[in-house]
Amino acid sequence: MSISILTIDDSRTMRDLLRLTLEEAGFFVTTAEDGADGVQKLTDANPDVIITDINMPVMDGFEFIETVRGSGRNASVPILVLSTENSAELKDRARTVGATGWIVKPFNDTRLVSAIRRVARL
Amino acid sequence: MSSLIELREIFFQECEEQLEDLTDGLNALDAAPEDADPDQINSMFRAVHSIKGGAASFSLDAIAEFAHEYEAILDELRSGKLVITREILAVFYRAADHLADLISCGAAGTDPDPDALTRQISEIESLSGTGLKPAQTDDFLAAFVPLAMGAEGPAPADVGMKIPHFDITFAPTAELYANGHEPAHLFRELESFGPLKVNVELDINAAWDQSDPAVTWHLNLATDRPENEIREIFEFAEPYANFQILCSQRANPVLPHPMAAADDMAAVETVADTDQLGSGETESPIVILPNQTSKPHAPRKSTVRVDLDQVDELINLVGELVITQSVMSQSLTEHSGVVSRKVAATLDDFKSLTRTIQEGIMAIRAQSVKPLFQRMARIVRETAQVAGKEVRFNVEGEDTEVDRIMIERLVDSLTHILRNAVDHGVETGPHRVQAGKEEAGSITLSAAHRSGRVVIEVTDDGAGVRRDKVLASAIAKGLIPKTAQLSDGEIDRLLFMPGFSTVEAVTNLSGRGVGMDVVNSEIRRLGGRVAIISSPGEGTTISISLPLTLAVLDGMIVDVGDESLVVPISTIVETIRPDASKIHQIGPSSRMIAARDMMVPIIELGQVFGYEGRSAPPNGHILIVVEDEKGEHFALAVDQIRDQRQVVIKSLESNYGHVPFVAAATILGDGQIALIIDLDEITHGISSTTSASGTHKRAYA
Repeated sequence: MSISILTIDDSRTMRDLLRLTLEEAGFFVTTAEDGADGVQKLTDANPDVIITDINMPVMDGFEFIETVRGSGRNASVPILVLSTENSAELKDRARTVGATGWIVKPFNDTRLVSAIRRVARL
Repeated sequence: MSSLIELREIFFQECEEQLEDLTDGLNALDAAPEDADPDQINSMFRAVHSIKGGAASFSLDAIAEFAHEYEAILDELRSGKLVITREILAVFYRAADHLADLISCGAAGTDPDPDALTRQISEIESLSGTGLKPAQTDDFLAAFVPLAMGAEGPAPADVGMKIPHFDITFAPTAELYANGHEPAHLFRELESFGPLKVNVELDINAAWDQSDPAVTWHLNLATDRPENEIREIFEFAEPYANFQILCSQRANPVLPHPMAAADDMAAVETVADTDQLGSGETESPIVILPNQTSKPHAPRKSTVRVDLDQVDELINLVGELVITQSVMSQSLTEHSGVVSRKVAATLDDFKSLTRTIQEGIMAIRAQSVKPLFQRMARIVRETAQVAGKEVRFNVEGEDTEVDRIMIERLVDSLTHILRNAVDHGVETGPHRVQAGKEEAGSITLSAAHRSGRVVIEVTDDGAGVRRDKVLASAIAKGLIPKTAQLSDGEIDRLLFMPGFSTVEAVTNLSGRGVGMDVVNSEIRRLGGRVAIISSPGEGTTISISLPLTLAVLDGMIVDVGDESLVVPISTIVETIRPDASKIHQIGPSSRMIAARDMMVPIIELGQVFGYEGRSAPPNGHILIVVEDEKGEHFALAVDQIRDQRQVVIKSLESNYGHVPFVAAATILGDGQIALIIDLDEITHGISSTTSASGTHKRAYA
C-alpha cells in the first residue's frame, strides 16, 4: 500500500513538481492550493504525511496546521513544512502550531522522499 | 502526467501571472503610496516568493537570486521597516522589469546580462534599511536543511578516539503523537549520528486512563556531532516532551553497537533496534485502514491547456454549423411552407444552442487586455526614462476581454503609439510649465467595449499634433501638392501616410523604422481602424477600434438591386421608410433626410456598389440610419430588408486583396454569397467630400 501524501502549495509549479517527484517515488499524491483547500481535501486524501507551504493566500500554512491539529481523525498526521524561508522565528511559530518538521525549498528529491518515509507512520 | 520540461513551461506561465500580481501591487502602491493595502503588499511578496521557489527548483539561479533580494526588500516593506516613496517605487518598478527580463531569458534558455543583474541587486540592496546580508543567498540555496529529519548517513565514528557521549532524557506527552511525531523516527535519526543506547522506563503505577504516555526514554549517544545538531532533531518535538541533553565528556571508547548494558535507572526494556520502538506508544493515533486502495483520485485541475490551433479549428467548425443551421431552417420553411410548431420550437432551440456554443468557444479565446497593458506600462516607463520626461501612466478598463490573437497582434502597434506619445506627444517638463501645465505629463491607455466593438485609446495631454509642421513636412516629402487645402482632420491623417515622420531627427525610441502607417495597416488587417483626435495645446488621442472577434458578426441582410448585402447591426441606429417630403435635394447629386431633428446625408448603396441601373425608384427605398465610428449619422438607401442574423465572416483579402467598401463576405442560408459592407470606408468617402470645411476633428485613415 502506497503512502498517501497531501501537498499544499499555492504555486502550480510547486504542486506539479511535488506531484511528479512524489508519484515517481511511488506515493499517492493529493494536491491543494491553499490551507482552506487543504482542509477541505483532508478527509478524502486521508494522508499519511502532509507537506505544506507557509506563505499562501486564503489560509496560510500556520493556520492550516493549527486547523489540522484541532480536527478529528487526521489530527495527528505528521506535517512537514516546505518553505523557502529558513528563519528561526518562522520555525518557532510552525513548531508552536504543531508542525512535525521543516524542509527548505528548493528540495532535493531523494532527501524529500526519505524525509517522508521517515516521518510516515507505517 | 507531466515531464519536467512541461513543468518548466508551467513554471514560466505561472511566472507571467505572478508578474501580473506584482505589477498590480506596484500600481496600487503608485496610486496611493500613503495608504498601502497590506493585502496587496502581501500578494506582491507572495508573487516574488513563488517565483523564487520555482526558479530555485529549476536551478534558474539568476532568477532565484534576484527574486530573493527583491523578496527581502518587499519583506521590509511588509513589516514596515521600509516606507514607500516615489524613488523606492521607481526602483521596485525597475526591479519588476528586471525580474521579467530574467524570466524571459530563463524561458528562452539564454543567459541574462550579469552586469544588469549585479546593478539591479545593488540598487535593491541600497534600499534596505537593515542591510541585507549577502550570506542569505547562500543560505537559502542550501538544498535541504534537515531539522527534525536528520541528515546524511552515520558519522564516521573513529574507534578509540575520545568521542563525547550525550545522555538524553525524553519523556513525551500525548501531544507529541498528536503533532505527528514518532519517537522511533526521532531515535532513528539520532542513531545516524553514532551508536545509540536506548532504555525505556515505564511507569507501571500510572493510571490506565491517563492521557499522557507513562514512558520516559533514556538515550545514550556516542557522537562527535555538536549538541545543537542533536537538538535540531528534537527541534519540533521538544515542546511536547520533557527533554534534556547532558553532554558527558567521558573518554569512553566507542561501545559496540547495539549495546545492552543497562544504566542505573529502572530499565524495563532495552531496545537497540529503534525500528521496534513504536510499540511503546500508549495510544495509536493513526489507524491505517486496510481498504485504503479505494482512495479518491487526485482532484481535477482548474485549468486545461489547449492548443490554439484546436480552438481555431473548433471556431471554424462552429461557423460551419451556424451556416448549416440557417440553411436547414430556411429549407424547412421553404419546402413545407408552414413548419409544424414542434419543428419550429426545435429549430429555435437548435439556433440558440448553436449560438451559445459559438459564444462559449469565442470566450475561450478571449483574454483580458491586462497583461498587454502591463507590458505597455513598462514601455512608457522606459521610454520616459530615456527621453528624460516625467510621465504618469494611467490605465482604464484593463479587464476588457479581447480575442487573444488580437492581443498578440496589438503589441507592436501599441508599443509604437505609446512611444510616440511619450516622445512626440508629451512635452518636456519646462515646456509644460511654460504652457501652464503640470510638469509631469500624463498618458492614459484605455480599453472598453463600445457598440459591439473594442475601443483601445491612447490619450496624452501633450501639445497635440503640430499641424503646420506636419503639413510642411508632407509637402517637403512630396506626399501632397503644395497647393493642397486640407482640413485639420486630413492633416492629422497624414501621420498615417507611408513614409511620414514628423521629427526630423528620428529618435531611437519611437522611430524604429515603424511608422504610423504600419500601425494603421496592422490594425486594418485585424478588421480595425485607427483614428487620431487632436487639439492643439491639449493633447492627442489615438483611438483603435477593433471587432470583438474575427469570426462572426451580427448583420442585417438587405437587398440592393439583385444583390444581397450585410450591414453590421452594431452600426445601425434605426430603419425608416421615409416620407418623400422629408427628403431634401441638396445640390445635383446629394440628398439629405430629416431624421430625429437632424439632417442626415443619404447614401445610395446601389450607387456605391455600381448596382444603380438595377435599383428601384428612390422613393420606394428603405433607409437604414447608421452611425459610423466618428459618431456621424448617414442613411443608407436599400431596396428591402430581408432579415437579421449572425453571419460567419469569410475574408476576401487572401483571394482578392482589399476590395473597396467591402469588409468581408458571408454565405447565407440559401447558399448565396453576400458582401459585408465596410461602413466607415463608405462614409469616409462621403464625408471627405461633404466636410471639406475642416470641422471634423477626427479623421479615419
